[in-house]
Amino acid sequence: MLRKVVEIGLCIICFVLQITVFKSLEIGSVSPNLLVILVAAIGFMNGKREGIFIGFISGLFVDLYFPQVLGLYALLYMLIGYFNGCFRKEFFPDDVKLPMIMIALSDFVLNIVIYVLLFLFRGDLKIGYYVVNIMVPELVYTLVVSILLYLIILKINQRLESYEKRRASKFG
Amino acid sequence: MRRNRKRSGKNKMRFSTRNIFFTLIGICCISMFVSLTFNINGGPLKNVADYVFGPMQRGLNQIGQVLTNRKDELKNLSKVVAENERLHKQIDELTTENSTLKLKQYELENLQKLYELDQKYPSYKKTGARVIAKDAGNWFDSFVIDKGSKDGIEVDMNVIAGSGLVGRVTAVGRHSATVTSIINDTCNFSGMMISTSDYCIIRGNLMTMNQDQVIPFDTLKDPKDKVTEGEQVVTSNISDKYLEGILVGYVTTIKTDSNNLTKSGTITPVVDFEHLEEVLVIMEKKEYN
Repeated sequence: MLRKVVEIGLCIICFVLQITVFKSLEIGSVSPNLLVILVAAIGFMNGKREGIFIGFISGLFVDLYFPQVLGLYALLYMLIGYFNGCFRKEFFPDDVKLPMIMIALSDFVLNIVIYVLLFLFRGDLKIGYYVVNIMVPELVYTLVVSILLYLIILKINQRLESYEKRRASKFG
Repeated sequence: MRRNRKRSGKNKMRFSTRNIFFTLIGICCISMFVSLTFNINGGPLKNVADYVFGPMQRGLNQIGQVLTNRKDELKNLSKVVAENERLHKQIDELTTENSTLKLKQYELENLQKLYELDQKYPSYKKTGARVIAKDAGNWFDSFVIDKGSKDGIEVDMNVIAGSGLVGRVTAVGRHSATVTSIINDTCNFSGMMISTSDYCIIRGNLMTMNQDQVIPFDTLKDPKDKVTEGEQVVTSNISDKYLEGILVGYVTTIKTDSNNLTKSGTITPVVDFEHLEEVLVIMEKKEYN
């Protein structure tokens, strides 16, 4: 229960930071995507179930505030959470390579899918421009931010885990 | 489905991950379908989200603005010194020019009264609002303002900043509303050249806006070649969402299409979309009978 509350709290904080502070710090009209970092990180730290949960919640926030099609972002973020959850077994807290690769991949795939669904289907074929000017800059910026954010999420997650263990041993 | 349930029953888990996953996918698909067919977005859920995010956005956005200001200050300091000298000289020139213009303005006003031109562009009732957040991604250009249905904001109300068109309200919560701007890639609307009253279609465009700060227009019929660069473009009377006669921008480039009948080109919007802080919402919607 506490875990869910903390996760929703993280979601809210990341979403609000993403649409306010980081929008003011945008470079070349590109800002980082904190929600992808959060969803991917929670996904491969805690498995599919938590990944789906947090993905759905953060996607829903985006959908409610910036409606393109209600439910689209919820679905996309949820899938990101799910697929990152599949890599839980490969995850070790000390290794930073896998998280970075997973976050980068998630962000890139998300943008590709958004391009295909919301731009390509309207007949917009300038994928080269979008890759160079939006997707890759966003990926780099997101990765830079993720170094810091990932460590924070990791710390919070470890705290939660030790708390849950203590609780389990108390009752077991 | 049934097999799933059986298996999860054996594991003594009522909701297996897979079941949750597929249920949520179902919910997403249904809501996408519903929002596409009935054009609904959020509704009561948005109000709930409003109560959670509203206060935080306001506070954090101020921090963000302070940061932007610092960034701009550092960038501009050296420029400003040089510019200051130049501007001082310009002030003298402009003061003389101003007095002549004032006389002309006075004359113009009198003439306008005679022609009753001010009837054509009625002054709409407006309300000011602060921009408190911007779109979560980098693909679209929309933002959140700090007034909602409580202050009488409704979907499709037009939003302006200074004298130029910004966009229109696309979603409303109780204390906030989302505005989709005219430079948004999915936004198309009808515009009008002010001198010839010829219609054209103005399209929001992510790429041209990022590169040159312009948005394209097309299907302009101008057989007599009267429209030139610098022509004012306003919203047209045939647009179904935008009120008539709001300034959009100035024609930057114009060329004849390969069909030799229509023209297309680019418009520089008058609004600075990068630094929007306060906007005005026009409290009237375009009604048609």
